[in-house]
Amino acid sequence: MSYLPYIVAAWLFVVGLYGIVTSRNLIHLAVCLTVTQSSTYVLLLAIGYKHRATAPIFYGVPVGSRAVDPVVQALTLTDVVVSVTVVALILALTVDIHRDAKTVDPDEIEAFRG
Amino acid sequence: MIPLQLAALLMVGLAGTTVVLMRDPLRMTILNAVYALTLTILFLVFQAPDVALSMLVVGGIAYPIVLLAAIARVRSGGDE
Amino acid sequence: MNRRARIAVFAVAAAGLAALLVASVVDLPAFGHYQGAYGNQLNREAVAERHTTNVVTATVFDYRGFDTLGEEFILFAAVVGVTLLLRRHKDSEDHQEVLRKADDDRVRSDAIRIVGLLAMPALFLLGLWLVAFGLVTPGGGFQGGVLLAGSLFVVFLAAGFRPYAHLTPAHWADSAEGSGAAAFTLLGLGPLLAGAAYLHNFLGSGVRGTLESGGSMTLLNWATAVEVTAAMVLLFSEFLESYVLPSVRPLQ
Repeated sequence: MSYLPYIVAAWLFVVGLYGIVTSRNLIHLAVCLTVTQSSTYVLLLAIGYKHRATAPIFYGVPVGSRAVDPVVQALTLTDVVVSVTVVALILALTVDIHRDAKTVDPDEIEAFRG
Repeated sequence: MIPLQLAALLMVGLAGTTVVLMRDPLRMTILNAVYALTLTILFLVFQAPDVALSMLVVGGIAYPIVLLAAIARVRSGGDE
Repeated sequence: MNRRARIAVFAVAAAGLAALLVASVVDLPAFGHYQGAYGNQLNREAVAERHTTNVVTATVFDYRGFDTLGEEFILFAAVVGVTLLLRRHKDSEDHQEVLRKADDDRVRSDAIRIVGLLAMPALFLLGLWLVAFGLVTPGGGFQGGVLLAGSLFVVFLAAGFRPYAHLTPAHWADSAEGSGAAAFTLLGLGPLLAGAAYLHNFLGSGVRGTLESGGSMTLLNWATAVEVTAAMVLLFSEFLESYVLPSVRPLQ
């Protein structure tokens, strides 16, 4: 039970990868990438958590009371906003591919054949 | 761990799985917004209000806009 | 390789990856028993040193300001990529051309327009408040920036594409985004030229709990807010333009 957050993070990671591999639509693929990315947020915040601790905001709270780790929160919060722009870049690529290939199915796009 | 955190974690796992399993892009956009909401609740319960704020504005404003505009553009079958 | 082969390879690899992840996770400290020293030290020292009560924002803009510089440039590069990809459409090169060719999709319902008229300033103020008080209570440049861009987008939802395009001309958004990123870099560069470390806090610490706390963190906060707002507005505008121009409208 005390390892459940880490298990959920690992599960989200693998499920997101499964979605990317079996995707039939490039837009669906972009969203599965965000699922994978959010597993790292869950993992980071789970590492920084302390039992019976409060948020690391000391407005009205005496300094020195038990608080969770602020560094992982700092890393996660910038990442959340920046990941939107990365997904937007993938979606712009999708729109561009659709102009030429008239499809968004990765299995049917000639240039993706490996 | 308190029961609220347990419930939030299970909801996050469930919502993430349904996002991946839904193939239709329009419905997946709605499910993605629900997933962002469950993540926001999880971040709040993990005592991270800044991160919860980020996830809320991003999942409620930025993701739906870019996803819906891309879906509409791809569906139109636009010609140059 | 075809689809079946791909899924088979993935199944084997995913099983191995899952086993590896679970094996590595059970060696971590149990959930709730955080053992790092850095976080505890920051919680103890940050309020006294920087006079900001929000330790997370102090970490983002001061103690780990270099990471934020990297994130800002990821944002910048991704928006440049989106702009390059979506502006290749020949109609979108000239702003006036765009306004002329876009369909007249002005919203006709009064109820929607009134709600939008009331909501847009309220959301804008809320975004400004989130950015300004980011050093005192939860908030900051990143969250407030997205909300500010959202409040401008409400104009599109409530009034139509042309009012939104008048409000956010592309050259303003371009220059705002560039200047936000440049301001962040130069604010870090200034102390370097004066002999201190890069991104050193040069304005002193101010009074804690008020808007003057944090010194040069406040300036970095606003530079970030300007850049994130402009980046989001650029993204929304590019995606909307590729949607509303008549040559790409769905056939009725």
